[in-house]
Amino acid sequence: MTAATIHQPAMLPETTRPNIGRGKLLVGVGAGIAVVGSLAGMGALAVLAAFVLVLVGLIEWVGASEALTWTGIAALIGYCLFPFLWLVRLSMDPAANGKLLPSTFTLSNYGAVFHNDEFVRAFFNSIIVAGSATAVAMVIGGCAAYALGRLPVPGKDFIMFAVLAVSMFPGIAIVGPIYELWRTLGLFDTKTGLVLPNVTFSLPLAIWIMSSFFRELPRDLEHAAYMDGATPFQAFRKVMLPLAAPGVFTSAILVFINTWNEFLMAISLSATGRSVTIPAAISFFQGENTLEIPVGPISAASVLVMLPLVGMVLVFQRRIVAGLTAGGVK
Amino acid sequence: MRGPLAFLDRLDERRLGLLLVVPALVLMAIVAAYPVLNAIWLSLHRYNVKIPDDYAFIGFDNYARILVSSTWWTAVGTTVVFGIASVIVEFALGMVMALVMNKGLGSATGMVRVAVLVPWATITVVTALAWKWIFTPTFTFDLMNRFMGLFADESCMLCGRWTSIAAMVFADTWKTAPFIALLLLAGLQSIDSEMYEAADVDGASWWTQFTRLTLPALKPAILVALLFRSLDALRMFDLAYVMTSGQNDTSTVSMLSYDYLIKRLDMGVGTAMAVLTFLMVFIVAFVFVKVLGAAPEGVEKKPSRRERRAQHARGTTTTAIASMA
Repeated sequence: MTAATIHQPAMLPETTRPNIGRGKLLVGVGAGIAVVGSLAGMGALAVLAAFVLVLVGLIEWVGASEALTWTGIAALIGYCLFPFLWLVRLSMDPAANGKLLPSTFTLSNYGAVFHNDEFVRAFFNSIIVAGSATAVAMVIGGCAAYALGRLPVPGKDFIMFAVLAVSMFPGIAIVGPIYELWRTLGLFDTKTGLVLPNVTFSLPLAIWIMSSFFRELPRDLEHAAYMDGATPFQAFRKVMLPLAAPGVFTSAILVFINTWNEFLMAISLSATGRSVTIPAAISFFQGENTLEIPVGPISAASVLVMLPLVGMVLVFQRRIVAGLTAGGVK
Repeated sequence: MRGPLAFLDRLDERRLGLLLVVPALVLMAIVAAYPVLNAIWLSLHRYNVKIPDDYAFIGFDNYARILVSSTWWTAVGTTVVFGIASVIVEFALGMVMALVMNKGLGSATGMVRVAVLVPWATITVVTALAWKWIFTPTFTFDLMNRFMGLFADESCMLCGRWTSIAAMVFADTWKTAPFIALLLLAGLQSIDSEMYEAADVDGASWWTQFTRLTLPALKPAILVALLFRSLDALRMFDLAYVMTSGQNDTSTVSMLSYDYLIKRLDMGVGTAMAVLTFLMVFIVAFVFVKVLGAAPEGVEKKPSRRERRAQHARGTTTTAIASMA
C-alpha cells in the first residue's frame, strides 16, 4: 500500500485526470470479458487479464486512491461471500471439476434434505438447545452482569477474573468428566445435557457484554428510583432492566449464534436423534461413508442452516457489530 | 414483588448483588470448575470406562507415557504451527481489511458490514466443509486447481501434512479475519483525525503514521483480540475434525484428547492430554496478561491515555506487533 491510499482527499479534481473516457471504456470491456469468459469456461488467465483491464480502467476513471479502495472493498465482499456461494453452487451440481457455474439449476437436493428425518430432527434439536440455552444464559447472566456492573458485590474483581477464566477454558478439558457425570445423572444424549454446558460457556460472553451496557447507564437513575421509595431489586427490575433491553437483546443474538455453532459438546454428549444438533448431524453425515460423500445434499443442508444466520446478520447487523466491539472479546 | 420472591425487595444493594451472581457462580462451579478438578484427578489413574474394574492410582504414569509419545508431539507441532500461522495471517489480513473499511464506504457501509459478518456467523463445521471442497480438485474451480498445483502434487492440498495445515489456516482466516477487522475498525474510528492532520503537517510518511500513531492507539484492542484468537487457535477442534479428520498427522491436541476420551473411553490418558492442553492454554494466557499487559476491558476510548500511548510509540509489545503487521 502506498502513501496515496490513506488520508488523501477523496477525489482529485477531474481536470487532473484526462483519460476518464478511456478508463470507462476499459472497465466496460474488462468486465465484459470477465463475465463472458467465466460463463464460457474460458481459461483462468483470460479472466485474470480481464480483471487487470478493469483495474487499470478504474484507476484512469476515478484516480488511483479511489480505484484501490473500491477494488479492495469488492475483493473484501467477494472473499467473505465466496465459500457460501460455492456451497450454493455445489448443492445444485456437486461434480464441479473446475467449472465455476453449475451445469444444471436444480433444487432437488434441498428437497432431499427436507425429507431426511435425521436432518429435520437435528434442526429442531438445534433450535431447542440454542434457544433455551440463550434464554437461560440471559436470565442468569443478566442478573450477574447487573450485580457486577452496578452493585457493590464483595470480591468483584475475583468474580470477574473467574468469569474470564471460564471463557478461556478449552472445552476439551471438561468434556471427559462431564461425559461421565451425565451418564451417571442420566443426562447423556438429552437436550438438557447439551443446554447446561452451552449456558455455562455462554455466561462469560453474556456477563461481559451486558455488564458493559449496564455500566453505561447514568447513576442518577438509581438515585431517582430510591428517592421514589424503590428497593434495589425494584430499581433493577423496573428501571434499569427496561433501559438495558437493547444490550440484553444484543448479547442474546451473540449467545444464540455461539450456541448454534457449538460442536465439541454436541458430538461428545449426544448419540441419537434425541439430542443431535445441526453441526454434529452434518459431521456425522459426511463421516458415514468416506468413499461416497453425498456432497450435493450436505451442501444443500449447509446452505439451509446458514440461511437463518444470514437473515439474523442482515436484520441485526448494527447491533451485532455494537455488541462485538463493546465486549472487546470474542 | 409478591409471592415467594417477595424477600428480594427486602435486600440492600450488597446482599442483592451477592444473590444475583450466585446462580452464575454455581453453574460455572458445577459445569466448569468441578470437571476440570475431576479431570486432573482422573489423569492420575488408570481408568477405561469399558473396563471399570481395572481402576488404579498410578501417579504421573499417564503423563510420562504421553510426553514420550511421538503422536502427542506431532499433535503439539500441528497445533502450535497452526496457531502461530493463523494468528499472524488473520491479523495481517484483518488490519488490511480494517484500513480499507476505515476509508469511508458511503453507501456501501451496510453491504460491507453484512458481508463481513457472514463468515463470523457461519457454523465452523460448514466453514470446514466449504473449504474442504474448495481445496479438493474434483469439487473446486479451475483457478483454484492451478493455485493448489503450485504447492501440492496433482493439486491435492489435503494429501500432505503441511499443505493440509495451510488449508486449515486459510479456512480459519476466512472465518476470523473479518471479525478481527471489525474490532480493529472500532479502534481506528476512535482515533482523533486531528492527530493525522498534525502528522501530515510534520511531513510524516504513511508508514511512520501507521507504526507511530495507528498501531500504538490500537494496542489495547490488538492485545485483547490477539489473546483470545491465540487461545481459540490452541484449543482448535471442529475445523480440523471436519476438514482433515486428523489424517496426515494433522490432529490437534484437542482432537487427540477427544480420540482417547470419547472414542476409546480411556479417561486416564484422555484427561491427562486434556490437562496438558489446558496447561498450554493457561501458559499462553498468563504470558499475554502478565507480560504483555493484555486486559480485556474493551477498546480504549479515553483520549488522554490514547495520546500518552501515541507518544510511547516504541514500547516492546508495539514493536513486536508492528513487525508482524
